Amino acid sequence: MTRGARFRRGTLSVIGLGLAVALAASGCSSSTGAGTAGSPSAKVGGNLVVGITTDPDNLDPWKATQFQAVNILQTLYGTLTEFDKDLNVVPGLAESWTVSPDGLTVTMKLRQGVKFSDGTTFGSEDVKFSLDKIKDKATAAVSAASVASVTSVDATDASTVTLHLSAPDAGLLANLAVINMAILPSESTSQALKTTPDGTGPFTLKERKPNQSLTMARNESYWGTKTPLDTLEFRIIPDETSIVSAMQSNNVQLAILNDPLVAKTAQGGSLKLAKTAQLSYHVLQLNARRPALTDVNVRLAIQCAVDRQQVLDTAALGEGEVTGPITSPAYKSDPAARPCPKRDLAKAADYLAKAGKSSGVTIKTIVSQGEYATSVAEAQNLKAQLAEAKITLDLEVLASDPYVNKWIAGDFDAAVALNGGRPDPDGMYGRYFTSTGNLNKVAGFSSPELDALFSQGKQSSDATARKGIYSKVSTTLENNAPWIWLFTGFTYTVTSSKVSGFVPMANGSVQYLRTTALS
Amino acid sequence: MSPTTWRRLLRRILSMLGTLLGVAVLVFIMLRAIPGSQITAGLGTEAAALTPEQRAALAEYYGIDKPLVVQFFSWLGNVLTGNLGFSSSSQVSVGKLTLSALPVTFELAVLSIVLALLIGIPLGMLSASKPDSPRDAVGQVVGLAGLSVPSFLLATVLTSFLSAKLGFNPNGEAYATLVEDPVRNLRQMVLPSLVLGFGIAAPIMRTTRTALLEVRSQDFVRTARAKGVPARRLQIRHILGNALVPIVTMTGLQFGYLLGGAVVVEQIFSLPGIGRQVLLGIQAKEYAVVQSTVLIIALSFVLVNLATDLLYRIIDPRVRAE
Repeated sequence: MTRGARFRRGTLSVIGLGLAVALAASGCSSSTGAGTAGSPSAKVGGNLVVGITTDPDNLDPWKATQFQAVNILQTLYGTLTEFDKDLNVVPGLAESWTVSPDGLTVTMKLRQGVKFSDGTTFGSEDVKFSLDKIKDKATAAVSAASVASVTSVDATDASTVTLHLSAPDAGLLANLAVINMAILPSESTSQALKTTPDGTGPFTLKERKPNQSLTMARNESYWGTKTPLDTLEFRIIPDETSIVSAMQSNNVQLAILNDPLVAKTAQGGSLKLAKTAQLSYHVLQLNARRPALTDVNVRLAIQCAVDRQQVLDTAALGEGEVTGPITSPAYKSDPAARPCPKRDLAKAADYLAKAGKSSGVTIKTIVSQGEYATSVAEAQNLKAQLAEAKITLDLEVLASDPYVNKWIAGDFDAAVALNGGRPDPDGMYGRYFTSTGNLNKVAGFSSPELDALFSQGKQSSDATARKGIYSKVSTTLENNAPWIWLFTGFTYTVTSSKVSGFVPMANGSVQYLRTTALS
Repeated sequence: MSPTTWRRLLRRILSMLGTLLGVAVLVFIMLRAIPGSQITAGLGTEAAALTPEQRAALAEYYGIDKPLVVQFFSWLGNVLTGNLGFSSSSQVSVGKLTLSALPVTFELAVLSIVLALLIGIPLGMLSASKPDSPRDAVGQVVGLAGLSVPSFLLATVLTSFLSAKLGFNPNGEAYATLVEDPVRNLRQMVLPSLVLGFGIAAPIMRTTRTALLEVRSQDFVRTARAKGVPARRLQIRHILGNALVPIVTMTGLQFGYLLGGAVVVEQIFSLPGIGRQVLLGIQAKEYAVVQSTVLIIALSFVLVNLATDLLYRIIDPRVRAE
């Protein structure tokens, strides 16, 4: 598998945004989002084996970002809000919530009778403890920035918490739905949780064999619909081809694959294959603060000189869709709405002439080898296409760690990247393209116009208004071409014919393992 | 033992310790020379979003906030007292990880070597029995295939074919140790040791062939034949017996490499061996895991070499006499 930032980034992609649903919804319905188990022939019981390629690197839900770790923790822990299969925010441990008219206070009514796996009762003190700890810099929680707008948390009574905000935050409820915001018992210590997870999720950890497997048992006191499975084993099989072999011999019943070539081998026989379009996107990041790229005309020339479908076809076997900046289903950008929806070398030459660089430009581009499968092929195709427009991509192919180091430091003219998406566009790009965003150095571009748009989007509680705002964000991004958005890929869910009830999600989440059954 | 032997033994042990220290220093430096740390290895590009305070908190959490010299000597000091360090991803000590991984690799190495010897020596003898004949060609072709077919290819083709066509894939089941379930364990070892054994059979076959041809041309063979020693006895006892030293050297070398973990084969067949432990350690930048495991691998290698040298003394009286 392409272990790597794809997933590390992808995991955070879960940090969605609830947006309109969010603060707009003052008070909410009380669906569980858990769904019902499988097909009519599904039975209660059975041991499901899920093939994964890597041992989780961290079982501390506040610190885990690795794809496998996040997936495993989702079966063990609960969050205040959750996403449903369409990435809408639905109640989780918070049964309902109200937002004050000024948008500065969120009052959450908590679910009653919920227990942690050690038997202690869940209550408002646990929520206050968890949110305070996540905000505490010493905890080094990866999602601390997602609750930056929360100034304080009050445990009003045993089943009510009040969140006080510094400014209205339309993304907050979606931010609370990611597993990095898991609610832990107030007496818990980080050290104990690393070996003995103690959550409110549908499963409890039964046994862990390092580098071999993790086995979960049904949590009999789970607050939602109890999972039909007796046990759920995540078995570590490092090679995707070997996972498919293990599925063909029925040793493994479910796996999520990333390599389209391997996925093809899983077709036919007793295995079922489903493709899910992902929120994460392949992109050529330009660094508009570098001398070669400060002129918007140079960036637009690059945008016009690239046929995105060709990149997709040659590098990823056509497995994906050409995309604009925003991949979230509710706010999707129209890939045709850009200065050059089709490759146009004449227009590219015009832009270069406007920039006074008719003789061509050279751009140093970093490419990672091993972060994800298609990176080098994408870079080579981009290089070939751009060469026809007198734009030279000087490729620097790096191993994963040196690439990440340069990327973090913003030390590149351009970078071929696969970045994680999120259900809400504010969470997806606010941190990149606002002048105060914590990834702005990497994005290499900001403008007062974008700052204003993102600020409006965050404060607006009206769904239609937000759509309009993020459509403008998308247009502004395309017109300034800080990055060249290419395409989104698929993940491939392979299940044996006995498995039912699993719903793959665009954010890569496997939360519906809780509704999965074996016939 | 005579004083000379004692001195030799002492010298040998000192040079072993020197080798191990060299390995320790080298691995420590090489690991730090790779850009990135456990923080970036864990977070990937998300590490860009860390505030300086968060970064400091994480460095302390992973124990990489101290100066390098302090890190090295505190690790080395711990190793000398038997504490190999702690894996923060698996949440168990490296000692415990190694205790479960080493037997897997050891068993795989032994089985692979046995298979390699069973394939390589008869094939070498067959080839040497009539050089440049069709039977020699067959031996050479098999040897060449063993050397040139990469283990990852053979392993992938074998698993894919057997599981898709015959539904046979013992390695898809949860791994069982020899103690827990001997039958399943041996089933899980069959394919990987076959793949590795085939690869190792090639150098053993070639060494055997060359050594046999050389010994056969010597005077004592002609004398033995003239004295009427039966052909089979001549082949096995006189010729093979005298050709054993290079074969044992080659086998020892290969066995030492195998103990370092056959990373690719362990990955493809999901065997939780020592090679995979090092690989995962490098990927996660878990310095203690990599340093301690590599040290143990180096120790096994040195010990296998020592054992090979001792074997010479048993199989070749001339070495004893020296």
